Amino acid sequence: MDLSWMAWTLPTAIFFGTILLLLVSMAVWEYVSPGGNPRVGVLRFETTRGDRLFVSLLGSAFIHLAWLGLVGPNLWWALALSVVYAIGVFRFV
Amino acid sequence: MNKTWNNKAWFMVLPVLFLVAISAIIPLMTVVNYSVQDTFGNNEFFWAGAEWFEEMLTSDRFWAAMGRNLLFSGIVLLIEIPLGILIALNMPKSGWGVPVCLVLMALPLLIPWNVVGTIWQVFGRVDIGLLGYALREVGVDYNYVSDPFDAWVTVIVMDVWHWTSLVVLLCYAGLVSIPDAYYQAAKIDGASRWAVFRYIQLPKMNRVLLIAVLLRFMDSFMIYTEPFVVTGGGPGNSTTFLSIDLVKMAVGQFDIGPAAAMSIIYFLIILLLSWVFYTVMTNYDAASDGERRDG
Repeated sequence: MDLSWMAWTLPTAIFFGTILLLLVSMAVWEYVSPGGNPRVGVLRFETTRGDRLFVSLLGSAFIHLAWLGLVGPNLWWALALSVVYAIGVFRFV
Repeated sequence: MNKTWNNKAWFMVLPVLFLVAISAIIPLMTVVNYSVQDTFGNNEFFWAGAEWFEEMLTSDRFWAAMGRNLLFSGIVLLIEIPLGILIALNMPKSGWGVPVCLVLMALPLLIPWNVVGTIWQVFGRVDIGLLGYALREVGVDYNYVSDPFDAWVTVIVMDVWHWTSLVVLLCYAGLVSIPDAYYQAAKIDGASRWAVFRYIQLPKMNRVLLIAVLLRFMDSFMIYTEPFVVTGGGPGNSTTFLSIDLVKMAVGQFDIGPAAAMSIIYFLIILLLSWVFYTVMTNYDAASDGERRDG
């Protein structure tokens, strides 16, 4: 099957591979240590582990966009900030 | 209470997952791939990194289209929601008037978007259109082709005409589900018409109103066909919304990379807003259920 029309590149393949890996890891985590039931965090509404992953990924996307628009094209700091943000979301949201 | 979990049910979701993968995930992955590359056709791509995203985020054109989109969504919501509630409140609750009103309300929703655009394009023309000609005859200097304000009014009125019915039908569904006992209790208490609306009808319509706001905001934020048919984004760029600008960029200019970057930013904004609305709705429901249990 010719997939050249999808214009794959190594960085985008790694990006989607990471997201897939995160989803698989979440499933494994839930299997090994069930505990994804909703809980109320700082946002004062119920979230599951899946919700927190979604909020982390969506927030990270906006952190990268904001960094790109306000600071510049070097996105490594934005990535670091996103990791910190994601840890914060999983810990406190 | 212990629930019985059967994870085999997940296999039932696989066909849907397959369909979503073909119709949404694979195209989205392709757009992401395009957004970091440049192409001049012939299926040849050159790495551009985050350049297109940076260009979009610092582009006046993008933010202007975004501003127009937000303004448009804000205006149509401010008109359609109160108007929809008002019409629903005044619709008959029984008798032959109910089916007649429901059919009349449903009619604009059944008309395809491009046909709605064509109807209003002709309707507003000053030479042959009923609206344009009539306004001109009574001395109103109306011309949606050359005047940005007139173009905006036409596009907004068209959207209100097309979509207020949806709000009406949703509100009407919420209103008819209110048990008579509430109205009887209000009557015994001598409640005014306003008090009945404020303390009975509005709270009972809250859920459908949230759905109406969500649907209308999303739809108006993604509007393309109707304004494109009526004004083509003009005069100038005055009615060029994000989706119109996106198509101009991707198909008109064949700037696939910037258009893909713009699509992703647009998609992320829609995703964020959908999540906010969804969270508000589900938590409102949970809070209402909690109050009902406690009360």
